[in-house]
Amino acid sequence: MTETKQEEITKVIVISSDKVLPVDAAMKIYESEFPVTVKETCFGLIVTGPADDVLEVVENIRQLDKNHIFVKDRGFPAGDERRCRASRGGGPRPGFHFLREEVKMLPAIGAALDELEEKEPLKEKTEGKGKLKVSDLERIIEAELAR
Amino acid sequence: MAKVFIYPVNSLILADLVERYGHKPLAVMNQVREKVTNISLDSPPVNITPEDPKIGLRYAAVEVPPGVRGRMALIGPLIEETEAAIIVENPPTNFGCVGCNRTNELMKYLVREKEVPTLEVVYPESEEDAREFVYKIAAFLESLPKEKDKVGEKKGEEKVEEEKAEGQEEEQ
Repeated sequence: MTETKQEEITKVIVISSDKVLPVDAAMKIYESEFPVTVKETCFGLIVTGPADDVLEVVENIRQLDKNHIFVKDRGFPAGDERRCRASRGGGPRPGFHFLREEVKMLPAIGAALDELEEKEPLKEKTEGKGKLKVSDLERIIEAELAR
Repeated sequence: MAKVFIYPVNSLILADLVERYGHKPLAVMNQVREKVTNISLDSPPVNITPEDPKIGLRYAAVEVPPGVRGRMALIGPLIEETEAAIIVENPPTNFGCVGCNRTNELMKYLVREKEVPTLEVVYPESEEDAREFVYKIAAFLESLPKEKDKVGEKKGEEKVEEEKAEGQEEEQ
């Protein structure tokens, strides 16, 4: 009888949340005892392992703050010598620049997803500064207090 | 579940949104994974096989710079699978592996030629733009056929086959 090895995949989890830190997400994965490799980074986590396990882990992490945790595939496994900074003498790894640019937009994308979830209709672009809504102010205060 | 081609091909935001709405993003990362984790390749990090230049030649002529053909060897097969596409104009960074403008133009041209449902949006630069960006993409993705529809179709096909089989049994 031959055993077929399951395909290994890697996912990049980018955390742009006020409630969840990369370390919290990493601890959650350690607790879950899935056979995956986790690497904590400045923007979130890199998870490598058998496809089914990685997909389940990623879904669990996403549920921690689903509109502010973003996930994408990655070609190279975590800690791969061809990409890892430890073996390349430092500096940002190839592919990080684009990620860094996108990370700047993530708070706005997350807020838009929150609004979409609340089923708010698409607002027309307003010219000039308008009055701040009470609900928006509450959201800002909550975000600041959560830090 | 539709296979959605995304441009920029390695975008985190687009890949995430497509997956969030139950579709499959056709991103270049999966193609790269096949290249870099395949043990049959002789000499990583030179991850190219004799087949790759031939695949690239399907999309760009031999006079075209090899970089275009090399990139198309990865991206071309994705375009062939495409069932829908999201193209973001003016992304902030176009350097590195996605920095070849000729490849990007060719890629967008091939997607438009395919005449699949395509959404073209501008990369957001403010919160207001981001809201509009997400709303447009969400509406587009929700309009695409979901997995259930295809399952329903399959079930319908199975039913027809079962009825045919029953009919044949009765005849016998």
